[in-house]
Amino acid sequence: MRGANRACAERSVPSRGRSGADLREARSSPSLVVAAFGVFAIFAPLLTGCGAGDAPGVAGGPVAMRRLTESQYRAAIADVFGPEIEIAGRFEPDGRRDGLIAVSSAFVTVTPSGFEQYEGMAREVARQAVSEPLRDRWISCQPSDPAAKDDGCSEALLRRIGPRLLRRPLEAADIAPRVAAAGRAATELSDFHAGVELIVSSLLVAPDFLFRIEALEDDAPPGEPLRLTGASLASRLSYLIWNAGPDDALLARVAADELSDPEALAQEVDRMLASPRFEAGVRALFDDLFQFDAFDELGKDPIRYPMYSAKVAADAREQTLRTVVDHLVEQDGDYRALFTTRRTFMTRTLGPVYALPVRTETGWEAVELPASGPRAGLLGHASFNMLNAHPGRSSPTLRGLFLRESLLCQSVPPAPADVDFGLFNADDDPKLRTARDRLEVHATHATCRNCHKLTDPIGLGLEQFDGLGRARTAENGAPIDPSGDLDGRVFEDAASLGEALAESPLVPACLVENAYRYAVGRVATLDERPLLRHLERRFEAEGHRIAPLMRAIALSPAFQTATPASGEGQERS
Amino acid sequence: MTHRITRRRLLERSLRGVVAGAGLSVGLPYLEIFLNANGDALAATGAPLPRRFGTWFYGCGMNPHRWNPSEEGAGFALTPELMPIEKVRPHVSVLSGFSVLLAGETNHVHRTGVIGTLTGGAPTTTTENDGPTVDVLISDAIGGTTRFRSLEMAAHGLPKDSFSRRSESAINPAEPTALSLYLRVFGPGFTDPNAGEFTPDPRVLLRKSVLSLVAEDRARVEKQLGQADRARLDEYFTALRQLERQLELQLSAPPPLEACRVPEQPGEIPISQDVDHVVRNHEAMARVLALALACDQTRVFNVVFSAGASGLHTAGSPDTHHTLTHEEAKDPALGYQPKATQFVMRSMEAWASFVEILASVREGDGTLLDQTVVLCHSETSDANSHSVSGLPIMLAGTAGGRIRNGIHVRGAGETTARVGLTLQQVMGLPVAKWGFKANETSRPISEILV
Repeated sequence: MRGANRACAERSVPSRGRSGADLREARSSPSLVVAAFGVFAIFAPLLTGCGAGDAPGVAGGPVAMRRLTESQYRAAIADVFGPEIEIAGRFEPDGRRDGLIAVSSAFVTVTPSGFEQYEGMAREVARQAVSEPLRDRWISCQPSDPAAKDDGCSEALLRRIGPRLLRRPLEAADIAPRVAAAGRAATELSDFHAGVELIVSSLLVAPDFLFRIEALEDDAPPGEPLRLTGASLASRLSYLIWNAGPDDALLARVAADELSDPEALAQEVDRMLASPRFEAGVRALFDDLFQFDAFDELGKDPIRYPMYSAKVAADAREQTLRTVVDHLVEQDGDYRALFTTRRTFMTRTLGPVYALPVRTETGWEAVELPASGPRAGLLGHASFNMLNAHPGRSSPTLRGLFLRESLLCQSVPPAPADVDFGLFNADDDPKLRTARDRLEVHATHATCRNCHKLTDPIGLGLEQFDGLGRARTAENGAPIDPSGDLDGRVFEDAASLGEALAESPLVPACLVENAYRYAVGRVATLDERPLLRHLERRFEAEGHRIAPLMRAIALSPAFQTATPASGEGQERS
Repeated sequence: MTHRITRRRLLERSLRGVVAGAGLSVGLPYLEIFLNANGDALAATGAPLPRRFGTWFYGCGMNPHRWNPSEEGAGFALTPELMPIEKVRPHVSVLSGFSVLLAGETNHVHRTGVIGTLTGGAPTTTTENDGPTVDVLISDAIGGTTRFRSLEMAAHGLPKDSFSRRSESAINPAEPTALSLYLRVFGPGFTDPNAGEFTPDPRVLLRKSVLSLVAEDRARVEKQLGQADRARLDEYFTALRQLERQLELQLSAPPPLEACRVPEQPGEIPISQDVDHVVRNHEAMARVLALALACDQTRVFNVVFSAGASGLHTAGSPDTHHTLTHEEAKDPALGYQPKATQFVMRSMEAWASFVEILASVREGDGTLLDQTVVLCHSETSDANSHSVSGLPIMLAGTAGGRIRNGIHVRGAGETTARVGLTLQQVMGLPVAKWGFKANETSRPISEILV
């Protein structure tokens, strides 16, 4: 917590001019102190004093080239051509690194079969987009002859959708070849709209659509930070806040080169946070953080869990996301309270899992979970307990691992290869009726204990919920003991484990760390650590509310600047 | 409607120049046109029958003392866990005792064994040394003339569980169902080589021009990128070029292929980890794949029957194959874990039926399998201890008479990179040594070479 204060103190070091090359040298220097001094010195011009709440002038880490995730691809198509467009095709798996798809997206590429799918989807989207009446949504000009080419109309519609799909103002090289190719197709097929289809397809398979390629301004004077180009910054903002590409208003700011003006930038960020689309952004962040993409592959044993269905799984996921968005966006609530709140949402499908009557026949209704029941906060939701479990039973280890890694940002070492499984209690031993009995060896044997002491004791706190997330008090006829301790804080059951998490300073710090990773597509660099400390303090000072956190990230100097990636092709003097 | 007809007719006219000389109809009597006098090459082109390579993976290994044969050579007796391959025994060689040599590297459980066998060495971290896998090396050499460079499929329905990769950031995703595999190969874009009449799809040229537009813009996109991202963009453009080549192939009539016929569209099979579903999905996939090979749509394939750390289970059981290998007690009388071993037997049965399906398609004077070699492997031997020593490995098919089937070779703890090296050489790659660090080798397994 003191890091940010120290960073502020260091900012008073007099500025010394340094070039980008020096910066790179400093970053690779073994002496972090020297590196940190160098970086703070460079950013002195950005700083406006060290009063309460100013982000430390830290240089952002390397830029990223991120492949659009499936949800981002879908959002782009719906934004530009309308939500009616059906996207048929299979996306390459997004992967997960450092806990997030957002980080993996800066790592994955496109394989031959993945590209084949993108190309097929592009043609299918294009075909629908130019069909009646959907074309009227976005094609504003009328071709002079629908059976012939019309370069003017082609160019006009390209200028309309191009910037939205490529997330930047168009250049001449984007326009002329496409208009010419569309003209040839229209002439050959005697169909103006065949040419339009070609334009749409060509945008949807372009690398600068499928990848968010971040670029740096190359005209910064020596000693100044390397700023992201306006278009790259706009994409960072809109994907952070909306999980979608920049809208027309934001692109207009880019075209007018206004985002380098701190006031205009702050105005834009506030506009975006106030937009209804902010909900989708928050939803995407937590869907990623909670690893809810795993719902797509979830299966449960139908004999042990006859209540399970794809609809139950989908509703359980949605229940949690609704609860998060309602609490953090609608109510503007404290993030920590998510671990204790009994307010949530139900459908008729979920009712039996929660053993609750649901009055609303279709759709969702807000409910207050009974105070007498075992469920409070997100950890009592069926979603986590269903996801972090085996097909036929619960798993305290998987649940504990999730809590450690995703909610507390602690790393748990992988299992050693040479474990003597002869030590392990056979799970069909009739004397071992509860998970706690069966996992005893984890706690008593040194090889196991080293890692399992991190996962099992807290995971056992959720044993009140079975592999589907239904409440229970006994397993195989033996009563379940859900008590334990979270790093010294004793808890009695799942609800009080939630309270322990709500009290832990690690929980909000972990959200800050993950939100920053999510924003920039990589883990924070060492240079950025002071910024994280600062963001933690801001988050705390502003009641652990999500919108101010996003705002603080978006307006921090590190978010707007970057050091070039290694082997940078960009020429700088 | 009239509008669309006009459009199609016009495009066909404009295409006529492109396909002139490719032969719009086949006039010869049907069967005589396929093969040369020796029956080992296509009469139409004089090209030899296509040679193919595939991998077939299943998770969680076996019980070494019940799987490894005692005798070497052709007369070996089938062991209890190899009994399921009895029906295809003449087509299969067993390689026991080959290992991923750790030489100080960590055994990343359920990963080192499979990545080690496929890349020729123990991965040093959880992400590095992750590619290219041997199938990618082979498809680089032989995959360029077919519609698909390679086809990946996962019978357990999880596209992520694919091991085929050029690098860790370019993992070839697997088709999760027999139906999706069918639609990918035999859906729109498929040209039946025996259709007699060939009419190029008029939309293909449009698709090509879209790809050209993007390809021509490459330098501009690339100029901002650092090295790592440039390599990723290279992957993208490699993929784009492959599609361009696929489209070019679709503009000319393919040579007729005797063994090729279009399979029936598979029905919906539930995707789950229930071993009964996986077996059904696998068999339906194998049938589609066999005809995809017979129609020369690809020459390289990768089948995943179950994942490493296999999640397969039987309906009603709280356990999976993987959890059983660690948690089930050994039956003192039997000397192994009976429930976990059932999954080994199901996996061996599935492998045998896979081989049987490839061997059931007649091609030339023999079968499809004769022109193919398939590597069957797993990520562990004894899954209970995560052992990567003495991995279960089998080869099926002779790759056009180059590999000896029906024998058992004992590897005595030598590197599995010898298997990968042998396979590359059999597939015609000019490779003298392969593998890295402790696993590097220049010794193919001569016992199985003809």
